[in-house]
Amino acid sequence: MFARPHSDTPHLTITVDGQPVGAREGDSVAAALLAAGVVAMRSTPVSQSKRGPYCMMGVCFDCLMIIDGVPSRQACMVSVRDGMRIERQRGPRPLEVDTEDSP
Amino acid sequence: MSAERIATDVPARADIVVIGGGPAGLAAATEAARRGAAVVLLDEQPALGGQVYRAVEANRARGKTLDADYAEGGRLVDAFRASGALAIHEASVWLVEPDGTVGFSRAGAATLMKAERVIVATGAVERAMPIPGWTLPGVMTVGAAQILLKTAGLVPQGRVWIAGSGPLLRLYAVQALAAGGQLAGIIDTTPPGNRRAALRHMGGAMGALGELRKGLAWTQAIRQAGVPWITGAHDLRAEADDDGALGTISFTADGARRSEPADTLLLHNGVVPNVQITRALDIEHDWNQTQRAFRPRCDAWGSTSVPAVMIAGDGAGIVGAAASAIAGRLAALESLRALGRLDQAARDDAAAPLRRALARALAIRPFLDALFAPSPEYLVPAGETIVCRCEEVTASALRQAVSLGCLGPNQLKSFTRCGMGPCQGRICGLTVAEVIASARGASVADVGYYRLRFPIKPLTLGELAAVHAPADPTAPR
Ligand code: FES
Repeated sequence: MFARPHSDTPHLTITVDGQPVGAREGDSVAAALLAAGVVAMRSTPVSQSKRGPYCMMGVCFDCLMIIDGVPSRQACMVSVRDGMRIERQRGPRPLEVDTEDSP
Repeated sequence: MSAERIATDVPARADIVVIGGGPAGLAAATEAARRGAAVVLLDEQPALGGQVYRAVEANRARGKTLDADYAEGGRLVDAFRASGALAIHEASVWLVEPDGTVGFSRAGAATLMKAERVIVATGAVERAMPIPGWTLPGVMTVGAAQILLKTAGLVPQGRVWIAGSGPLLRLYAVQALAAGGQLAGIIDTTPPGNRRAALRHMGGAMGALGELRKGLAWTQAIRQAGVPWITGAHDLRAEADDDGALGTISFTADGARRSEPADTLLLHNGVVPNVQITRALDIEHDWNQTQRAFRPRCDAWGSTSVPAVMIAGDGAGIVGAAASAIAGRLAALESLRALGRLDQAARDDAAAPLRRALARALAIRPFLDALFAPSPEYLVPAGETIVCRCEEVTASALRQAVSLGCLGPNQLKSFTRCGMGPCQGRICGLTVAEVIASARGASVADVGYYRLRFPIKPLTLGELAAVHAPADPTAPR
C-alpha cells in the first residue's frame, strides 16, 4: 500500500465507478487511485483476472481504464482533473478504438 | 530565464527533434539550441526530467530534493529552459521516418513534424522480472514506486516488500525510508557469485570512488533503519488473496521456504535500453552479453545506419544518468556538424573534454554490470509463469511452441500471440528471446528479437484520420 503524507491533502475529487476519491493536482489517475487504496484497475480480456498498474511509466499497458468515457487509456499517463470520471475496464478491450465507440 | 515556450501551436519543422526529456534528451536539446539550432523536444510526461529526474522542478519548488544526484536534474532543466529549445509535453511519439518525420499524439490529436535530424533519447525501461504471480494487482516495479514517490509524494506503508537486484532497489529503499515510508523487508536475489566477479573490476571502479561510497552509504542507511535484508533468496512467488490481488509472497533463503503476508511487492531486475523506435526503424541491434540486452548499433557520436537518426543515453546501452547527459551533448554536436552549423574541428574541440568526462562517468560501469548481473532464474522463467502479460502466455506455452519448431520470436508471436497485446512486446521481448535461446541451446544473439513496426503506440482511428500535418501522404495505416 502507499500513503500520502498529511501535508499533501487532496483537494480535487474524481469518481471511480461512481465513488468519489480525493486526488492531488499533478497526480496521474493511477497514482490517485493507489493513494486511495484502489489497486485493481481492470480485468484482462483473456482470463478476466484483475490487474493494476505495474510500471507507472507507460510501458506495460496494465493500467488501462475508461477515463471520461474513453476506453483503454493508460491511467499512469493521464493527469487528474477535478470531476474526472474513471471506470474500471472489464474484459475485452476495445483497442485501436474506433472514435464511434467513444462517447 | 524562461526562454522555453509552452507549446500551443506546434511548428511544422525543426532543425532537430529530440525524443525524450531525461538527461540525454535535455542535454542534447540544450547543447544544440545554445548553438543556434531550432530544437523541439518531445516528451511523453507532463514535466521535464525523464524517469531519473521525474518531477524534479515540482519537488524542488516544494523543497524536496531527495538527494544530490536528483538535484543535478534541476540544473539540466534550468539549462534547457535558458537555451531557447521548445518542449512539448504529454507528446506520445508513434512514428519516426528515416527522413526525419516524427509523428506524435497529444490529448488525442495526432501531428506530424519534419526534422533535419532526430535524436532518440528514450532511455531505459526496467527489465521484466517474471515470477509466478507477478501479474497480480499489488505487484509493481521498484521504478513504479519511485515514480509514485517523485510525482505524488506517495510512500510505502504496510506490508511492502522489495525484491530483486540492482542499484535502483537500494536507492528507492533509502529514498522511501527518508520520506517516512515503511518497508517489510528486502529480498535480495543477486546471485552470490556476482560479488567475486565484480571484485575483478574494482581497479577500474576506484576511479569512481564517490559512486562506490554512495552505494555503501545506501546499504548502511537501510541496515540502520532495521529493514530486514534477506540475501541469496530464490524461487520467489507472489500468491493471490481471496480477492484476486496480492496476499502472500514466498521464497527460499538459507535452505528454508518462507512465506510472508504482503500488500505490495516491488520487483526490480535492472534496466535495459528502450528499443521501440530503433527497432521499428530497422536499425541493426547487437546483443550485449554482459548487460543481457540488445542495443542499437551506433558510433561514438550516436550516429546510426539511418543518417537522420541519432541515439543518445541509456537507449544506446545502459550507461547511467551522468554519462547519458554527456552522450546527449555529443549527439548534438555531431548533429550540428551534419547540418553545417559546426565544422568538424569545432565539433571535435567541443567534444574532447566531453569524451574525458564520459570516460570518468563510465569507470564504474563494468563493476556495476558484474555486481548486478541478472540472475538466470528470472531471465528464463519456469513452468506456468506468465511471460507475456498482455496475452497471458506462459513460459511452458512458449517452450512447447519452440519444441514444435518455432525458432524465433516472430514465429512464436504468430503461434502463441505473445507480444501481440497493447504493450507491443515492451515487457516480454527480452524474456521471450531468452526462453527460446535456452530451449534451443542457442545464443540470444542468434535468436533475435521481435520485428517492430510503427505506430509504436496504439492510435485511435480518429487520431489517424485527423493527422494534422505538413501533409505527408505516408502516414501509417
Ligand atoms: S502502469 Fe504500466 S502503462 Fe500504466
